[in-house]
Amino acid sequence: MQRAPEMQRALVLELDVPSRPEFIAIVRLVVASVASSRRALADERVDDLKLAVSEACTNAIEANRSVRPTAPVHVEIWEAPDRLEVNIEDSGPGFDPEKLEFPPPVTDPDRLNFERGLGIPLIRTLVDSSAFVRKESGTSVRMTVFGGPVDGDDTAAIYIDVSKMRDLPPMQHGT
Amino acid sequence: MDLGLDVDDSRRPYTVLAVKGEVDVYTAPRLREKLVELVSQGKHQIVVDLEGVDFLDSTGLGVLVGGLKRLRSHDGDLTLVCTHQRILKVFEITGLTKVFAIHASVDQAVAQ
Repeated sequence: MQRAPEMQRALVLELDVPSRPEFIAIVRLVVASVASSRRALADERVDDLKLAVSEACTNAIEANRSVRPTAPVHVEIWEAPDRLEVNIEDSGPGFDPEKLEFPPPVTDPDRLNFERGLGIPLIRTLVDSSAFVRKESGTSVRMTVFGGPVDGDDTAAIYIDVSKMRDLPPMQHGT
Repeated sequence: MDLGLDVDDSRRPYTVLAVKGEVDVYTAPRLREKLVELVSQGKHQIVVDLEGVDFLDSTGLGVLVGGLKRLRSHDGDLTLVCTHQRILKVFEITGLTKVFAIHASVDQAVAQ
């Protein structure tokens, strides 16, 4: 029996990371490997999602550090037959996405005075759908990429918690 | 997650800064420091070679915009070398292809 699409939405992975910049690479890696192993997405789409996730994590870390530096960034990956969703949640003060100030157009000489403000426009452009949800205790950014089909097996959701990790293990190069 | 930053001064008046690795909020401060250091050494024609960059997000873009501003204030310039589509795309989406001169090779960048 065919169920409504929202009923088929299943949690694939949860990940908690400390609100520290060095952990964003791990989130990118995890999201990219889930996206490319579970869905038949073009590499380019996986790259888009990776960049959007990086932008959302950068904002989440900044939000947490401004009020609750010890709070982790919570990442969830959800899957439905036609889509993959990534939620990035912080415990920060929140913001109104409609009231953000964006840099002036590139034709304006004043453009060079703006080094920030590109993250949210990038997220909106890179994924098929994005939502910025103000929650009681923070902000949740939901990013959706349509397409597939599902490539992976049905498995229980994985939960990874590295939020208490103090330091990253040294990365091996050239091996 | 090391960011490679190699400086080549052999193409005067240009200084070529070859960046390798992933440029994000964690690594971008090192790129910023390197650019500030080069400018303070009087190097005002900088070519940033992004061919070794696997990933670049808006924090990296911000550092490059800041570098360009700093150099322009010294009558200098910051140009880029980039051919990888996934990196070029970030400049295209943000409209920054109109702000930076982007070349296909270091040779082309220093021939301007």
